[in-house]
Amino acid sequence: MINVNSTVKIALRALWVNKMRSFLTMLGIIIGVGAVITMLAVGTGASEKISEQIASVGSNLIMVVPGSITQGGIRMGSGSHSTLTRDDAEAIEKECSAVSAVAPILNTAAQAVYGNQNWATGIYGTSPGILEVKDCALVAGRNFTDQDIRSATKVCLLGQTVVDNLFGGIDPIGQIIRIKKVPFTVIGILETKGQSIIGQDQDDVIYIPVTTAQKKIVGTSIPGMVRVIMVKARSAEDLPLAEKQVTELLRQRHRSGPNKEDDFTVRNLTQMMQVAEQSAKVMTILLGAIASISLLIGGIGIMNIMLVSVTERTREIGIRMAIGAKTWDIRIQFIIEALTLSMTGGIFGITLGVTGSSILSAAAGWTTIVSPLSIILAFGFSGMVGIFFGFYPAYKASLLNPIDALRYE
Amino acid sequence: MALIETKNLSKFYCIGDNVVRALENISVTINAGEFVAIMGPSGSGKSTLMNLIGCLDQQTSGDYLLDGASIGGLNKDQLAEIRNQKIGFVFQGFNLLSRTSAVENVELPLLYNHVAAKERRQRALGALAKLGLEGREDHHPNQLSGGQQQRVTIARALVNNAPVILADEPTGNLDTKTSAEIMELLVRLNQDSKTTIILVTHEQDIADFSKRIIRFLDGHIVSDKPMVKK
Ligand SMILES: Nc1ncnc2c1ncn2[C@@H]1O[C@H](COP(=O)(O)OP(=O)(O)O)[C@@H](O)[C@H]1O
Ligand SMILES: [Mg+2]
Repeated sequence: MINVNSTVKIALRALWVNKMRSFLTMLGIIIGVGAVITMLAVGTGASEKISEQIASVGSNLIMVVPGSITQGGIRMGSGSHSTLTRDDAEAIEKECSAVSAVAPILNTAAQAVYGNQNWATGIYGTSPGILEVKDCALVAGRNFTDQDIRSATKVCLLGQTVVDNLFGGIDPIGQIIRIKKVPFTVIGILETKGQSIIGQDQDDVIYIPVTTAQKKIVGTSIPGMVRVIMVKARSAEDLPLAEKQVTELLRQRHRSGPNKEDDFTVRNLTQMMQVAEQSAKVMTILLGAIASISLLIGGIGIMNIMLVSVTERTREIGIRMAIGAKTWDIRIQFIIEALTLSMTGGIFGITLGVTGSSILSAAAGWTTIVSPLSIILAFGFSGMVGIFFGFYPAYKASLLNPIDALRYE
Repeated sequence: MALIETKNLSKFYCIGDNVVRALENISVTINAGEFVAIMGPSGSGKSTLMNLIGCLDQQTSGDYLLDGASIGGLNKDQLAEIRNQKIGFVFQGFNLLSRTSAVENVELPLLYNHVAAKERRQRALGALAKLGLEGREDHHPNQLSGGQQQRVTIARALVNNAPVILADEPTGNLDTKTSAEIMELLVRLNQDSKTTIILVTHEQDIADFSKRIIRFLDGHIVSDKPMVKK
């Protein structure tokens, strides 16, 4: 019906004649598309990172902490910090069917010393279950055994950061490090986990048997006391059941009457993370939506320039009509012009967005992910902006009466 | 055979409370192959009639038949098609697209007639050659003299083999010598291709090239006579 090839040529020439103006008009779209792509990349990067961290924390986790939390979130230390013990952890492991692994944790911060090197790190007294709970494997050596726990042996597992800072090139397995002057034999090295959700280095840890921690490293007021019990449910479906079983068992063990408040709190870690993941996704949509507004403004710029162009070229339109251009010949000509502006702007905008994203991640250290979908989306959207905002000027041009257009000065 | 036939054709313009009767009850018949000059003082309605014949404008009343078919009631696109297929325009002010080469200007009617690119170029080059514009194909209008521009316009008017060429003061902007050249081109076109030519002018010298002269005054025909060869 309409000769697209020639029409595109006509459009390109018209744009080329007003190079500066075309470029400035395109700039609106370039910035708009660039902003959309960058914002989506930042948002996608953030939620991707959270998902990664959820995986690194370990899945299907329940955390039991002493004291109760009221609805307002204020901790009401009914039984102070001493309400959880190693025996509680063992009882959970034995009696709760929906639970696959349990790790009590009693932690402190201390200096670890090897030779003339020393490193301040987190010391975690725990049980062999910690590896399963954290979904963490060993890259070298062995885990603790129940025997290590029972006899409170002085052995430790090291995170990668600790290894790097204390040992340099030396193989740490079998070496002796000192924590609070107590010598520990290194028996295993943990795999790298990266940063946690709050930016903490999860590899900056030393695991020691919980009993050893209680006796030698962390002074405790009550024998057997631990700070946290980490519980891993058998599966995501078992999480609510595990939560219920743990709560019931602990209420029983702590002899909390039916009317008494729990003196401990059970928190579903995965759920908390998923909330964070969800909000990151919402943030992505929000960022994208805000950036889309600049794309919209770019579209209005196109419409503005196209309207000016239609007025300036009234005589040209008259000549074309006199010679036989029909309504849609004229419309298509101006729509293609608008489309060329927006699509070219879109291509440059994508380049800008991709560059901007990598600059952001390099300069600010943010994880940014430019998804192919966001590129297709931005490109399609800029095309739609061109058609949408080009249509009205094109429509206006096609409504001109040939004789009036020809007489236009 | 009547190619163009108007019956009581009128065109009024309303400006505020004033009604300008630009044309009133014009009945005229022009046969295929004629070369007609329309003369009359400025403001007598010559251009108004040309615009109606050229389907660029609509009459206030009366009827206009082109090739035996009434034009009234046709929509915008149908009129565009008629202009494209049947009418070639030669305007006083040339009305070429600026920043567009001569050959591309000549191609335009073919473009809107959906002629393939290759044939389009060929026919446009042929039309330009016929009008003695070889070597000027890629010149833009502002690189051409008035006479050359008018020849490009004529090439554009005849490239689609339109049976009628409407020329509204085609020599108005040209000197005497160039005017004569343009007129000779039109005469040759009328003789060789039997193209019907309707020409508006207020110069007797120019009208002398035609075969029939219609004189206008205040929107009326005052005389309609065949040209008497001296
Ligand atoms: N668009 C218009 N609006 C109002 N009056 C017009 C218009 N076009 C022409 N006229 C009037 O109609 C009359 C005939 O004009 P025209 O046909 O252009 O004369 P000419 O014989 O000089 O070509 C003139 O009085 C002119 O003022
Ligand atoms: Mg006139």
